[in-house]
Amino acid sequence: MFAELGEQLSVWAIPVLLCLIPLYGFIKGISVYEVFVKGAEEGFYTAIRIMPFLVAMMVAINVFRTSGALQLIVNLIDPIMNKLFLPSELLPLAIMRSLSGSGSLGMTTEILNHYGPDSILGITASTILGSTDTTFYVLTVYFASIGIRNPRYSVYVGLLGDIVGFICSVYICNLFFV
Amino acid sequence: MLVGGIFVAGITGKTQLITQCAISGAQQAVEVSFKLIGVMCLWLGIMKIAEEAGIIRIISRIMGPFVRFFFPDIPRSHPAMGAIVITISANMLGLGNAVTPLGIKAMQELQELNPNKDTATPAMCTLLALCTAGFTLVPATIIAIRYAAGSLNPASIIGPTLITSSVTTISVLCADFLCRTIFTRR
Repeated sequence: MFAELGEQLSVWAIPVLLCLIPLYGFIKGISVYEVFVKGAEEGFYTAIRIMPFLVAMMVAINVFRTSGALQLIVNLIDPIMNKLFLPSELLPLAIMRSLSGSGSLGMTTEILNHYGPDSILGITASTILGSTDTTFYVLTVYFASIGIRNPRYSVYVGLLGDIVGFICSVYICNLFFV
Repeated sequence: MLVGGIFVAGITGKTQLITQCAISGAQQAVEVSFKLIGVMCLWLGIMKIAEEAGIIRIISRIMGPFVRFFFPDIPRSHPAMGAIVITISANMLGLGNAVTPLGIKAMQELQELNPNKDTATPAMCTLLALCTAGFTLVPATIIAIRYAAGSLNPASIIGPTLITSSVTTISVLCADFLCRTIFTRR
């Protein structure tokens, strides 16, 4: 019931906003079209400004993944995982989650197909994917768009969130579904 | 990360792959930014209308007291307030692509208050923390891929996801608060 309500909310949110905001602007006597174009122009330049930062980040992440460095780290952390009773099948996903949105989506699909979507691993993987956002992508895009080069402590805070999200997903799903 | 990757590839003899995936990574990045252009234009255009019509000012006045608790250094009724509220609500609704332009808009408003344009302000870090924690009420994409994988109950993850993202959001906010105090004292 709640799920359905929530889903409907997500589906309707954008159309309703797209309809209401210009309508309200029109009633307020704003030349809606001209203002929209002015804002859209800003959007164009911002998107272009982000591009070099994204190139740097995605090349680094791609090389990191393909070279096997990711696997190396997985192998290193694996023994610790076993001591904490965390499933090592999910570790690559947990690391990928902070690096690449499409990468982690792909990995989750793989896990769902391999272990089954209603298995405990499948459920946990879905929860991991749903409970945090792609830290490095958000960080790069948001800060690059305004030209910030020193993100200070926000990288650590974001990564801490990912780790907490991973551990919490595993324990909560075990509590709920085992 | 780049150097580490190349180093490992050198040892394991995958150097050839590196060239390939570096180039494909660069291409992907351009693809992503091109995809962003469209959404960015759409949402920043709509936001501009909302701004001129005074919708953002209304929202920031209503939600002001709540948001001010997390962002103490933003002046009352500054447009950044409204932009932050909208970003967070879009995040909660799981609007995916729409969130990025809105978040960028909020960052741009915050940048106006920044005395040192190179370095992130505490308010920016808090907003970023909230966005990377990504509190979402309904993870629509995941329900969709679970459905596609043949799940009997694709929405069963909503409960655990809600709990987990609450825990994540709270811990991120705590960490942000701690870091803020430590870093400002220096």
